[in-house]
Amino acid sequence: MEIITCIKQILDPDLPPAKFTIDAQKNRVIPPEGIPPVINPDDALAVEAALRIKEKKGGRITILTLGGKTAEDMVRKALAMGADEGRIISAPDFEGLDSFATAYLLSQAIRKVGKFDLVLCGRQAADWDFGAVGSVLAEFLGIPAVTRAKEISPLDGKLTVEKVSIAGSETLEVGLPALVTVSNELGKARIPSGWGIITAAKKEIPTWSLPDIGVDPSSGKLSARNKLLKLSAPSMERKCEWVKGDVPAEVAEKLAQKIMEKKVL
Amino acid sequence: MAGEHGILVVGELEESKMASITKELLGGARKLVDHGNEEVSLLLLGEKAAPFAQEGIQYGADKVYIAVHPSFSEFNSDACTFLVNDLCRKIRPSLCLMGQTDLGRDVAPRVAARLDAGLCMDCVEVSADSEQWLYLQARPVYGGRALAMMGSGEGRIQINTVRPKSMAPLSPQADRKGEIVKVPEGPDPSSIKVKCLKREAQEKAEFNLEEAKIIVAGGGGIGGTEGFQKIKELAKVLGGAVGATRVPVDEKWTPLSMEIGQTGKIVSPDLYVAVGISGAAQHITGVQKAKCIVAINKDPDANMFKFSDLGWVADYRVAVPALIEAFKKKLQ
Repeated sequence: MEIITCIKQILDPDLPPAKFTIDAQKNRVIPPEGIPPVINPDDALAVEAALRIKEKKGGRITILTLGGKTAEDMVRKALAMGADEGRIISAPDFEGLDSFATAYLLSQAIRKVGKFDLVLCGRQAADWDFGAVGSVLAEFLGIPAVTRAKEISPLDGKLTVEKVSIAGSETLEVGLPALVTVSNELGKARIPSGWGIITAAKKEIPTWSLPDIGVDPSSGKLSARNKLLKLSAPSMERKCEWVKGDVPAEVAEKLAQKIMEKKVL
Repeated sequence: MAGEHGILVVGELEESKMASITKELLGGARKLVDHGNEEVSLLLLGEKAAPFAQEGIQYGADKVYIAVHPSFSEFNSDACTFLVNDLCRKIRPSLCLMGQTDLGRDVAPRVAARLDAGLCMDCVEVSADSEQWLYLQARPVYGGRALAMMGSGEGRIQINTVRPKSMAPLSPQADRKGEIVKVPEGPDPSSIKVKCLKREAQEKAEFNLEEAKIIVAGGGGIGGTEGFQKIKELAKVLGGAVGATRVPVDEKWTPLSMEIGQTGKIVSPDLYVAVGISGAAQHITGVQKAKCIVAINKDPDANMFKFSDLGWVADYRVAVPALIEAFKKKLQ
């Protein structure tokens, strides 16, 4: 099976709160020094899902990402996990791209890759928490989409996908080619083996420019449909009143009293 | 806005009643149009939807479209995308609102792609800016660490999904008048590419967390299923629901339905008791609307304390039984 997995690099979501700062002029998060970007966790699981399918059915996994300097590290990590090939779409100012521009660039790159059976993406990126690129990409490619998968079972010419829903789960059947987005319920992404890291280090990762994938940067397709007017970090902090005492029963009694006084019971 | 008028709310039914998110969206839409003369339309899906049309009008709809074709009775993303896209092309709303639900998450991006529309997912506020003919959308980003304010462009439909409990429903008015329009057509069969083989409801939580006034929740610090018995006991004494963070759910100590936070449920209780919860940003974002937050944690540096009104530094094994006893006496 020919699988294309799209990954995105993001600011480490486990970043300590003190390192999270916003440039109010540029409406951007200031990249913290010494903390490198990571593969978006759900995208790492999309790579994992691709590897699990390859183990069952064989095939080839191509990693696609948009990015600048640090993109190569991300792709190499995915190759070290076991993916076969990587491509970087070199996009100017890829941080400012919205879901539609991102999906458009990916769709053009996928057309250049050529033959594919399955496109995998993470369910949402842990920076903008938008969760739209996968669905929009499927629309642009004219293929069916299944979102938020926790298990993907390949059959001949089709897939069954168990997906997360608010009420529980659904099992869906979809013909190939298709796009599936992967949710955190899939499990854990594997850690690259030593051998994986060595082979990945030797692989060529071609970079494609916009003209390479037939994109005219001046066409309106890359401009954001919704303008970011302001990015702010409103403090959600509260003033914590510490309840103390000599023995637990005393503290519990005081705490219960204070909760009652707040009239929230 | 070039030809675009009014607001379309994509409604949802759950267990043969109108979903609370739909009432919230109608309330929010009403507030947005009440300055002008624009209409609020509601779309309801399925063979069983007709009896709810009147209720939709009572909650603020001027016009209710009922898609009665059997293909809309069970949610299918392909069918629903086809229908919403088709209706938007016919009525050209300036704004289309959906819940940040299974339906909205799936259908909003796909319809936006087809309509060349603007899109904002998971909004916590939508307001109108009459001077520039723009809608303003506020949405949490970076796991709730920041808030992004997005402007909607001119001359295109704006599609938003809205987080539950972000908009206030109106009190129903029994004498409100409105129009009911039946949409008999089904989707183009060739547009249905995904087939549902099986639906499974998970173990039902005893309480609906999103509606709960009192929640006692446990985190990774609870250490296992056994510890959660204590959490349940405290919740029972307080007459509240039990919640959890991502760790207990990932470790399978509690069902997924109990998860509170960015990837789980967003709650807004009067009282939130956080036991053994470290306070990751993605969890805080799900509880910040609580009126009173109480944290119990043995680590005095736990992040959760920064977001709490009352704090007790103690091992939950000691603190929770003591608190159960204290409340038993007080609430007698």
